[in-house]
Amino acid sequence: MATVDLPRPAAMAIADPDRLKHKFSRNIKERIIEMILFLAALVSVATTLGIVFILFYESLAFFRHVPLVDFFTDTMWTPLFSEPRYGIAPLLMGTLVTSAVALCVAIPVGTVIAIYLSEFAPFSVREAAKPFLELLGGVPTIVYGYFALVFVTPLLQKVFPGLPGFNMLSAGLVMGVMIIPYISSVAEDAMRAVPMSLREGSYAMGATRFQTATRVVTPAAISGIAAAYILGISRAVGETMIVAVAAGMQPNFTINPAEPASTITAYIVQVALGDLPHGSVGYQSIFAAGLMLFLLTLVFNILGHWMRRKYREAY
Amino acid sequence: MSAVLKTALPVRESPAPESLALKAEAKGLDFYYGAFKALKNLHMPVYEKKVTALIGPSGCGKSTFLRSFNRMHDLYPGNRYQGEIRMYPDNVNILAPDVDPIEVRMRISMVFQKPNPFPKTIYENVAYGMRVRNINRKSTVDEKVEKALREAALWMEVKDRLHDLAFNLSGGQQQRLCIARALATDPEMLLFDEPTSALDPIATASIEELVDELRQRVTILIVTHNMQQAARISDYTAYMYLGEIIEFGETDQIFIKPRNKQTEDYITGRFG
Amino acid sequence: MGATTTGTDLHAGKLRALRALIASHKRWDLFFASVGVLALMFGILAFVALFFDMAVDGVPRITPDFFASFPSRRAENAGILSAWVGSTLVMLVTALAAVPLGVGAGVYLEEYAPRNWMTDVIEINVTNLAGVPSIVYGLLALGLFVYQFGLGQSILTAGLTLALLILPVVIVATREAIRAIPVAIREGAYALGASKWQTTHDHIIPYSMAGILTGVIIGLARAIGETAPIITIGALTFIAFLPPPPVQATAPFVNFEWLTSPFTVMPIQMFNWTSRPEEAFQANAAAAGLVLVVMTLVMNALAIYIRYRLRRNIKW
Repeated sequence: MATVDLPRPAAMAIADPDRLKHKFSRNIKERIIEMILFLAALVSVATTLGIVFILFYESLAFFRHVPLVDFFTDTMWTPLFSEPRYGIAPLLMGTLVTSAVALCVAIPVGTVIAIYLSEFAPFSVREAAKPFLELLGGVPTIVYGYFALVFVTPLLQKVFPGLPGFNMLSAGLVMGVMIIPYISSVAEDAMRAVPMSLREGSYAMGATRFQTATRVVTPAAISGIAAAYILGISRAVGETMIVAVAAGMQPNFTINPAEPASTITAYIVQVALGDLPHGSVGYQSIFAAGLMLFLLTLVFNILGHWMRRKYREAY
Repeated sequence: MSAVLKTALPVRESPAPESLALKAEAKGLDFYYGAFKALKNLHMPVYEKKVTALIGPSGCGKSTFLRSFNRMHDLYPGNRYQGEIRMYPDNVNILAPDVDPIEVRMRISMVFQKPNPFPKTIYENVAYGMRVRNINRKSTVDEKVEKALREAALWMEVKDRLHDLAFNLSGGQQQRLCIARALATDPEMLLFDEPTSALDPIATASIEELVDELRQRVTILIVTHNMQQAARISDYTAYMYLGEIIEFGETDQIFIKPRNKQTEDYITGRFG
Repeated sequence: MGATTTGTDLHAGKLRALRALIASHKRWDLFFASVGVLALMFGILAFVALFFDMAVDGVPRITPDFFASFPSRRAENAGILSAWVGSTLVMLVTALAAVPLGVGAGVYLEEYAPRNWMTDVIEINVTNLAGVPSIVYGLLALGLFVYQFGLGQSILTAGLTLALLILPVVIVATREAIRAIPVAIREGAYALGASKWQTTHDHIIPYSMAGILTGVIIGLARAIGETAPIITIGALTFIAFLPPPPVQATAPFVNFEWLTSPFTVMPIQMFNWTSRPEEAFQANAAAAGLVLVVMTLVMNALAIYIRYRLRRNIKW
């Protein structure tokens, strides 16, 4: 509050030059520090701008070689062939199928865990389970990828003997396990934000826990739960290492999860592993793929945060 | 002080007129929040189809006492009852560990301090108790919803927008909706926990009117911080202080010539 | 219900029906509680399977030699020396960049930022950055750091990339920690004539230190396991040398050449071995994975512990 100058009685307004100088330098120092902190905050904005700039910059170069129409309508992605084709559809399809498999695991399991922890579990179970779920979410994705390739795929091959060594099913399932903690924690947050008075109102009518959870708490928290799902989708779409390791990196326009395929993210890894020269169309293609990915996840993230804000406003 | 209180506990002595039937009765009820003893040896009758008011300064335990009647305290860990609340005609101690709190709550409904409609339509709010009881036949539910809304004096205001969200109603309407919700399942007893404390005077008057009419068909126990309200709407009144019932009697007697000095001080506004 | 029509009998019949209904409802409670426990068990089981699967394959490979050897064409001679040294150096850069930037931004947003559109932009931006896939950060680094700024595929590039990646984590943790400090503390400092920065520096930052530390550790735990952005910048996967040491015996004693050195990190080394078809390299991958998981688990557990202690000790 040093910057506020209060009017002083005349008798006290003794001109003390030293004191004034002190105050002046202090103000300067305060301003400089504020400026530095502001710049630190601006770094995050610069990051976004940098991402948008570089993705558009390289993509524009890419689209000078590849017409947008081909990019969206061609069903072949063969950038390394002598006659390269650049149709994003197979990569998009791979992303879609692996994400769908992952969500088939993560949404039911994550929701059940969220409802259980929020409405059923005794205090001690909740206190033990939440850090554990956090740890589960902290495991590096490359480790999940290894697990999918070396453990889950052989296991699945025992059930489905014809399953190839690389397949979207195994990658998707493990990705689902990885996403469970994200979905359960956001959904549980939303349910715990439902005021106790609503629960009491339901219990006072003679409702059981299950009835209260499914008929009152879940509907009241629905926008937060939806946000959890959407943020989960965004995770799945952007996940890289699990699919790169376990799903194979062959672009494959199929909806059959038992087949190997590539995703947008896996393709970027594949190119980065190779030796495409800087400035070639192949190099630029990963930025075009990255732009697709960025826009896709951006839509989900904005939608997810918007829904999340909705439940925060409601209570 | 305890000597004074013992002689001042007129519960057993106050003779119930022959025409009155007991609906419930607290017998030596103690209640603990963890180690804190919030209710101390309460004895009190609740007469059928009468309005019984619980008054006293804040923190005296009146809400705690009320919430014991439908076992709301069971929802939170660390709470403990001792003693009995007997319910009639089946003469069962509803606090007994082998009595299911859900069964108790199905028989005794509750209306809360702040209106707490569910994030559903007006219709589904009132129908909730039936849904919980697996009553889903549309004609039955329709009929009961209308009846409950009429009893709660809300029907005329909402009959054209039953499928609007309940949040869109005014505070007073929301509270009447909560009353309709509680009435829809024909409870044997209705608990009100300061039902008008969040409402404006006009809404308050309409709720009071409603309570007055409801006494024809249901036993009511009401907590209020407003003594005029207790005087206006109740048949019996209990004055509580520091977790004890200081005095219980017919409302007229309590308000006109209280037997206990403390009650008199509170009622005349010298204290509390 | 009974044939008699007296009130009590009717009542008793009603009660019996009610009890049957409640019993059937409670079966659902029990059913769902079991499903909930099963779902939790599923998570636990998946983790246990993952851990033991790696342990069975990897533990025999974890010897002192494994930590002291460079990668090699022969699986049994290969080790993670260059990988863990690389990871350590990259984490150093990441921490040095992310901590001041993240804490500074968090402090600015909580203590200084005026309520205007600029602040809104920054806040929305931080939220959205947290959801950007890590591989996109890799593309940013490849296009901008590696080629536009000419930093090359170096430790510096990798460290800065991961710093940007975990910046939202540090910012959010800082803000939450600061928000937990009651206004009375600030007013107390101001009342004694402290300036804004003095209040922030002497009170706000020290009191939120534990919360900030939690966020930093969680962020670093995430960064150390990140593979995709590092691969994207084109980090080599076969590095049989160490970067020049940051400290030396002769003046000027410190040496910054290591910043521009090529490198490899733990997750890249693991990825490299995972993509080899030979069984023996899979064992190496398992061993590297085990080391990586233990490292991230220890860091996360540390963060959870600090937070737990914090909750218990500080009661505003």
